[in-house]
Amino acid sequence: MLDDLDRRILRTLQYTPDAAMHEIADRCGLTAAKVTRRLDKLRDAGLYRGQEAVVDWAALGFEVSVSLRITLDKTQARAFDEFHAAARDVPEVTEIQTFLGRVDVRLFVVARDMAHYQMLYRDRILTLPHISDIEALMLVSTLKSDERLPL
Amino acid sequence: MALVKAMQRDATQSAGALGRDLGLSQPATWRRLQKLQAAGVFKGRRVKLDAEKLGFGVTVFLGVKLATKGRVSLDDFERAVIAIPEVQTAEHMLGLYDYRLRVVARDLADFERILRRRIMTLPGAGDVEANVLLSEERLPGPL
Repeated sequence: MLDDLDRRILRTLQYTPDAAMHEIADRCGLTAAKVTRRLDKLRDAGLYRGQEAVVDWAALGFEVSVSLRITLDKTQARAFDEFHAAARDVPEVTEIQTFLGRVDVRLFVVARDMAHYQMLYRDRILTLPHISDIEALMLVSTLKSDERLPL
Repeated sequence: MALVKAMQRDATQSAGALGRDLGLSQPATWRRLQKLQAAGVFKGRRVKLDAEKLGFGVTVFLGVKLATKGRVSLDDFERAVIAIPEVQTAEHMLGLYDYRLRVVARDLADFERILRRRIMTLPGAGDVEANVLLSEERLPGPL
């Protein structure tokens, strides 16, 4: 259902998301009206779900980013749901992912500085339900974060 | 902050539309957006696509350790890793492993191919740990 033109439009859009519609159209060799029509179709089909701004937390004063790898106590039937619900209530948590593998859940946490992180870790993270093990990795730098699909 | 939150949700809105939702005039909203932009608050925009519907059924997070400490240049590894199209994000970490990669693949067979041909052959790559993504939730963060 996705033809080469759709693919080309999405590819171009992924590389230059803030380009004006006529620029995208130029790069695809189409008219702006055609691109708009195709994008509307892709949106209706649920393939294209808009665009989000990626926030640079350091620019907002959150200098510390930590990835927390968490193993849950799976003897508790509702461990995943209850952990998830509680983690969602911590404002400094920006991502929650669940996995099949060595790790069950991963949280991405931002903090103003190490003192703030330590406080969050003690008061908000370690108090989350059903944790059996936790490992922290600190983000040094982000090399790539576009999440483009190789269409 | 409400403006940042709104932009996280939908970055394609005009200043006028954003202002209407927040009870601000179009010029006032535009000025605030410019200020946020100038302060570097927005790293850029990300196009949201349904990976699964587009044929990418598998997302795997890899933890990669560098094999030979010291001699291998981080630059070589980093240059090579960001050039792999299936690597969607690459982060340099401090802790259990050195790099964290988000890799997208069509299916598990495709993932195996990427792992063998692209990841294992990276200069300096050592131990690799893989976790298959089951679900993901993005939150607005402390705004």
